[in-house]
Amino acid sequence: MTKADIVEKVHNRTGFSKKESSEAVESILDILKENLEQGNKVKLSGFGNFVIRQKDVRKGRNPKTGEEMEISARRVLTFKPSQKLKDYINGKA
Amino acid sequence: MTKAELIEALVDRIDRLTKKEAEMIVNVVLKSIADSLANGRKVELRGFGSFKVKERRAREGRNPKTGERVSVDAKRVPYFKAGKELRDRVNS
Repeated sequence: MTKADIVEKVHNRTGFSKKESSEAVESILDILKENLEQGNKVKLSGFGNFVIRQKDVRKGRNPKTGEEMEISARRVLTFKPSQKLKDYINGKA
Repeated sequence: MTKAELIEALVDRIDRLTKKEAEMIVNVVLKSIADSLANGRKVELRGFGSFKVKERRAREGRNPKTGERVSVDAKRVPYFKAGKELRDRVNS
């Protein structure tokens, strides 16, 4: 499924035009991106939480050459699905 | 940010939407993603990331408190991978 399919669903279920539905879906994704970019946690009840985690510098290896190298400190985005979403996907809800 | 705050932010951005309409749209979006995953289909959102389902086989586990063996059923686990654009924006 892609963004276009989601726009179609919004259009079908809400009666908003495709253009309006598309604008709304893009806006939702922009709002989420802006918040995550600022390091904010996003908690969507019944769905899951998007959390930014700070990773320290660590040593790694180039898997091809075996050479040891430093992996820089970085911020990474993780998603923790809610219990409700996990149950739903397993047909339990 | 919570879901309620996301809904408010959406109304701020598209001011012809009522709060109720914004809430309905957010719910349809989340429900569509959940439905797709429940059907075993991945969701790819360009510029944002992709949601997939990983299959976990049944396994023997242990109750960490008692050490007792328990069987853990096979299950499907949702998984999100941030797209390059979002990954870079988060890390800048």
